[in-house]
Amino acid sequence: MTAAAIAITGIQKSFKGKMAVDVSHLELKPGRTLALLGPSGSGKSTLLSMIGLLEKPDAGTVELDGAPVTVADRAARMTMAAAFQRTYLFKGTVGENVAYGLKLRRISSAETGGRVAAALERVGLPGWQERSALTLSGGEAQRVALARALVLKPSILLLDEPLASLDPIMKWRLTRDFAQILNEERVTTLYVTHDQDEALAVADDVAIMRDGRVVAYGPVDEVFGLPVDDWTAGFLGMEPAVRGRVLESEEGVARIDCGGVDLYAVASLAVGSEVSLGVRPEDVLLFEADAVVPLSSARNKLEAVVAEIDPSGATFRVVVERGPVRIAARISRAALADLRLSVGTPVQVLFKATAVRVAST
Amino acid sequence: MGIFIDAFRDGLAMLASGAADVWTIVLVSIQVSGMAVLLALVLGIPAGFVLGTKRFVGRRFMLIIANTGMGLPPVVVGLVVAMLLSRRGPFGSLELLYSQPAMVIAQLVIALPIVAAVSAAAVSAVPRELRLQARSLGASPLQEAFMTLKEARMGLIAAVAAGFGSIISEVGAVTMVGGNLAGKTRVMTTAIVQYTRMGDYGPALALAAVLMGMVLIVNILLARVQSSAERYEA
Repeated sequence: MTAAAIAITGIQKSFKGKMAVDVSHLELKPGRTLALLGPSGSGKSTLLSMIGLLEKPDAGTVELDGAPVTVADRAARMTMAAAFQRTYLFKGTVGENVAYGLKLRRISSAETGGRVAAALERVGLPGWQERSALTLSGGEAQRVALARALVLKPSILLLDEPLASLDPIMKWRLTRDFAQILNEERVTTLYVTHDQDEALAVADDVAIMRDGRVVAYGPVDEVFGLPVDDWTAGFLGMEPAVRGRVLESEEGVARIDCGGVDLYAVASLAVGSEVSLGVRPEDVLLFEADAVVPLSSARNKLEAVVAEIDPSGATFRVVVERGPVRIAARISRAALADLRLSVGTPVQVLFKATAVRVAST
Repeated sequence: MGIFIDAFRDGLAMLASGAADVWTIVLVSIQVSGMAVLLALVLGIPAGFVLGTKRFVGRRFMLIIANTGMGLPPVVVGLVVAMLLSRRGPFGSLELLYSQPAMVIAQLVIALPIVAAVSAAAVSAVPRELRLQARSLGASPLQEAFMTLKEARMGLIAAVAAGFGSIISEVGAVTMVGGNLAGKTRVMTTAIVQYTRMGDYGPALALAAVLMGMVLIVNILLARVQSSAERYEA
């Protein structure tokens, strides 16, 4: 098992008597990006500040490479770098901003020049050293803020909602670029966001926070595929996990009885074991009840009825149910019109066995 | 208008003649006010930084004191400093009354609250998150403070200008603690008052011109520093 680059244990922080953060354990694994996901006010940024040794916790410990560290430990803090939602560029040029941390580390001016140029090129702003930092657009400023952090070659990179204040097009572009940069740099990263799509794009692992606590933590596919409770399911736009019992398990595919509805999942499970299942809305296909369903490798085919339809950004979240099984699907506005869906409409539901996430209960 | 023309002519002649006592007066003014401004900056900017960035018990009270101090009448300062330094006062044994150090102390008391209050306002306008950002990039507390002062430099230049302006043209306090002794504690403002009382308008006008010129030069220099600081603040 790989040792954690950063591990926190029993971290607590309260403001004016109200508990803001209460996390028993969390780890950042070397070279991986952990997305700290949760609604506004869930304690994500406060937790990031404590992990980054910028704020002192009321209780608990932060360990860097196995050794306990505190806010007073500047050498430990020097191994990290952060960028925040508001870029907070210093007055001066782009080059001066990117060089700031290098100057603090007394790096020679010759080396600084080279590293600043390379960092700016890395974030797509080659040759921007002499521009004023205070005349940049939001997206450009965020790229400079990322360059200012990356230029330090930190062991730990802390990004606090770096794209939250950008317009959708710029946000999409930078999400893609940030994901690529983080993937190529393989720097251990803590990425705070309230946006699932952003977390999905950049992260290897995810921790979901609610009211200061981590309610779900693990690899992205695991956490996003199988909500641990009703609140998490709602936050992820899914239905709560379906309970079932494994009827048979052959060649890595399990048939699971979910209150009279059989579902298939790619998983090695003991026959008779109790399990919970989940499926991401974007993995679910809907067809009209009398439509001829095209040949497909999807093992799960259900006849169900529409129970709920809710707008969700540019798409619609449609919840279908059959007996105790409730599954959410995400469909486009055009598909909603084509299928003439309303509450109570019968539909056919398709999803692959590989799309079903299963956990023993 | 004849009175102005005559005084102007006499004043010019006096300055051109290079009369030693006039230039001594100018030099004493520069020495006293220069030292007072320097001390006010050395003490006032750190005090303003603490008042503007730290949260502690009594901070609000100290800010009120600093802001009230900005409107402190120089004659009141002169009176209190004179009493403190008088023979019967607690610091009488130092025998500083009617000396340049006494004038520096009085002018420091006038300038210090101004520099501290304007500096506090300037640094408190720098977002806390900017300091957090500097810390996150590895800044020590001292480096974080320097970054904050650098960000607040426009306001700090205003603090210097306000502090200097408050004492270079001040006359009440320096008269009371300096005594206007020729060659020792006579400065431009006290000399202007004396020459005017004597009806000797030429030297008074000449010194007034030098005083105005000095204020102008200092403000031109500050404006140049300010415009170089503004370079990247579009």
